[in-house]
Amino acid sequence: MIKLDNIQVIFGKGTPLQKQALNSVSLTIEEGTFVTVIGSNGAGKSTVLGVLAGDVIPTAGQVMIGNTDVTRKGTAARAGLVARVFQDPLAGSCGALSIEENLALAARRGESRGLTPALGAKRREHFRDRIAELNLGLENRMRDRMDLLSGGQRQAVSLVMATLAGSEVLLLDEHTAALDPGMAEFIMNLTQKIVSERKLTALMVTHSMRQALDFGHRTIMLHGGEVVLDVSGDSRKTLQVEDLIAMFRKIRGQTLDDDALLIG
Amino acid sequence: MSQIAFWGAVELGLVYAFVAIGVFLAFRVLDFPDLTVDGSFPLGAAVAAVLIIAGVNPWIASGVAMIAGAAAGIVTAILNVRFRILNLLASILTMIALFSVNLRVMGKPNVALINADTMLSPFYGLGLRDFYVRPLFIGSLVIIAVIAVWRFLESDAGLAMRATGANARMARAQGVDTSRQIYLGMALSNALVALGGALFAQTNGFADVTSGVGTIVVGLAAVIIGETLLGARGILIALIGCVLGSILYRIAIQLALSTDMLGLQASDLNLVTAALVTVALVLPRLRRGGAA
Repeated sequence: MIKLDNIQVIFGKGTPLQKQALNSVSLTIEEGTFVTVIGSNGAGKSTVLGVLAGDVIPTAGQVMIGNTDVTRKGTAARAGLVARVFQDPLAGSCGALSIEENLALAARRGESRGLTPALGAKRREHFRDRIAELNLGLENRMRDRMDLLSGGQRQAVSLVMATLAGSEVLLLDEHTAALDPGMAEFIMNLTQKIVSERKLTALMVTHSMRQALDFGHRTIMLHGGEVVLDVSGDSRKTLQVEDLIAMFRKIRGQTLDDDALLIG
Repeated sequence: MSQIAFWGAVELGLVYAFVAIGVFLAFRVLDFPDLTVDGSFPLGAAVAAVLIIAGVNPWIASGVAMIAGAAAGIVTAILNVRFRILNLLASILTMIALFSVNLRVMGKPNVALINADTMLSPFYGLGLRDFYVRPLFIGSLVIIAVIAVWRFLESDAGLAMRATGANARMARAQGVDTSRQIYLGMALSNALVALGGALFAQTNGFADVTSGVGTIVVGLAAVIIGETLLGARGILIALIGCVLGSILYRIAIQLALSTDMLGLQASDLNLVTAALVTVALVLPRLRRGGAA
């Protein structure tokens, strides 16, 4: 279970550039729930993700992941609880390392790393099998450097990497945004498959309202650092993208100047 | 070039292979431009020489020299990680400080090791000519170092270090404490460089406070020559490239200096070094087809 309790994040506190990114956000996510997060630019989506990942330490409030209070823990210290796929395909893996080395690195996320060879025969076999499941033919390129792969291939490998070690939550930060439509669809279906097969608790930030409603169990909309919409269950099933936009307008009492971005 | 001069060049190349591997760890693995080596090389030489003269077993003396080098690397890492001083500047600060430290260690600018028992002494009387013994002995140590560093970099712990240099953000997301990796990597790198210094003192019979000048350039030259010759084909090849690059560099220098036609003399060493490194830097780019 994930619990954000009255999270407040202020960037550049006490400077002229002070910005309140999150304003007492409280959120409880049950185990095995796939939550999609939407909102316009600057709404606080990435900050919520950062607070969960440890990149952003909240000014006030408490963050619980599983049964652990991680509020003050840095990214590395809580990595055992948090799996992650970044928006930038280059960010989530090491271009200079081979595919299998990247997998070996991810397989020991949050664990101690000793002097055992990172790629023993058994591990190699295991990684190969996991990559073969992608059906991208990458299982024959395990020793290739990661930076020889396309953005989509890298995201696919990143998704596998995120599931090699156990985690309490999987964070997906607009992980299809940098891909072409075909590859984006492939990655989204892969995400869906992995999350449901492994019954993962997941939080996916997206710019696409379509994606936000088509995938997951629950949708949250952020605006101005606050949760302005939180739908799940039957009311979410009947919800259309148009409804979402209408709802958004009603809640905020203003017109959207950026419809295209939201409909996506 | 005489046979003695040739094997002398090989020997010196092997001594500096430790520097090359250290520089490879800092520059290539950790992506940390570290100039500390200009201080940690003579530090290793000074510590080993002083201890050997004091009657300490030369193996132990060389071990202590490595620890001293590791400490120097950690100082640079602290300046960078803890106090957020730019990595290059942090290493220059340590390098400058080490000049004084080395003078303190030796008590004078130059310590002679003539007639003292070194790591090599037991091997001199075994029938081989001295100028073969030295490169053979140091070559064996280099092989051990290459295998050890190779196994380390391909272990779980080594992957964490490589990830720190390649993509620190990703490394942290995988639970790697990147600060710790920088401490560890800088310690390891400078320990190897200091071992090179300790061996330099024992094969040449002296430790000199100025012997560190340009160490970084020599180390970097070896790394680049190795990369140019062998390309990027994994850790082991890269490490072998460091050793090969270091030896070839010394032979090239020796050739340049001993060819009467060129009219060069020993004092032209630094100029020749700079020219060689420039060539090694520019060649790969020319080969790729683009202008430098």
